[in-house]
Amino acid sequence: MPRQVLEDTLTADSIAADTALAASGDPSAFERLYRTHVARVHTLVRRMLDADEADDVTQDVFIRAWQKLSTFRGESAFGTWLHRLAVNVVLARRKSVGIERGRFINAEEPLDGVTSKPLTPELSMDFEEALASLPEGARQVFVLHDVEGYRHEEIARMLGVVPGTSKSQLHHARMALRRHLER
Amino acid sequence: MNDQWTNRLSEYIDGELDNTERAALEAHLSTCGQCYATLGELRQVVARAKTLEDTPPAKDLWVGIRAGLTPGRRPGVSRDTTPAHRRFSFTVPQLLAASIALVLLSGGGAWLALRQGPTNAPEPIAVTRPASTRVASWTGSTDIAIGELQAALTLNEKRLDSTTVRIVRKNLAIIDRAIAEARIALRNDPGNAYLNLHLADTMRRKVELLRRVNDMAAARS
Repeated sequence: MPRQVLEDTLTADSIAADTALAASGDPSAFERLYRTHVARVHTLVRRMLDADEADDVTQDVFIRAWQKLSTFRGESAFGTWLHRLAVNVVLARRKSVGIERGRFINAEEPLDGVTSKPLTPELSMDFEEALASLPEGARQVFVLHDVEGYRHEEIARMLGVVPGTSKSQLHHARMALRRHLER
Repeated sequence: MNDQWTNRLSEYIDGELDNTERAALEAHLSTCGQCYATLGELRQVVARAKTLEDTPPAKDLWVGIRAGLTPGRRPGVSRDTTPAHRRFSFTVPQLLAASIALVLLSGGGAWLALRQGPTNAPEPIAVTRPASTRVASWTGSTDIAIGELQAALTLNEKRLDSTTVRIVRKNLAIIDRAIAEARIALRNDPGNAYLNLHLADTMRRKVELLRRVNDMAAARS
């Protein structure tokens, strides 16, 4: 067995093992799962919400994962399951902080502000910073579609909008971000 | 810039226009340099999104998470749920196979170190199996790993004294016999929980023994 194949196999097996052990109540195994997946979860949360919320929400995601481990059937990879859980926690957070649906749909005005920023070397932003400066609706659709690979129909269901709104938000986000591509 | 078409560029990139719309947009692109340039930039944005990297949090969040895990309780069991209603996500053999995998992982470093030694052994052929077979035969990956650990031991046992090698071989033979008997019994009664547990436990013992011996050989290299 080539070394890389062996290492991949051992990694996948160790995650499966840790998932099984964590499901049986082993916090040490769950800590190993945390260490393996925290960067991905934290990055997703940070991109979807404000950066100052990322730590709290990430902790919430992992605590909920621990509580829901008995519902993990092993039909998908643990990372995939955790990622979907993180998206759900983020979207629930979005609702709980009182972000109204109308604001999401009408988020184009502040987006225009982002696109109209002059593109000078001094003012040019890092792509991640530009992403963070997008209005929440456009930012979340962009992250879910272009970064995470969800389809418009799935995004529309998750966000409670029609697919056309998701498409429109995505296009506006891309139009804004094209000004902040690293040259 | 033609807004009618500019606003459809993302759908064009994502392949969401029907044939008629796509043909019309492509005809427009052939005559509109601005839309063509915008299309290129949008494609760069899409490509850039796929290269964004994950970054860990600035501080370790585990302490807060650990504090939020209810002590003394298994995850996913609410206070109002009786054990009889609980649905386990993993079978007992799967849990034991998982524990074997953990043991394998802990021994993997030493095993890899041994493999890096000055041997001229040919590279073994990679064994790949479809994912669907992994659940059905839960011992499969462990069998492969045991085989590799045994091959490593064969290559490196000269680093051990003869008495140790003799004792190890004797114990491995005993374990192999127990594994063979369990497998034969499981052929007749594959759902037998005791036999599955016994086989998993015996395989775990073999992995631990091989790991310890390989660690010992690595320490002497």
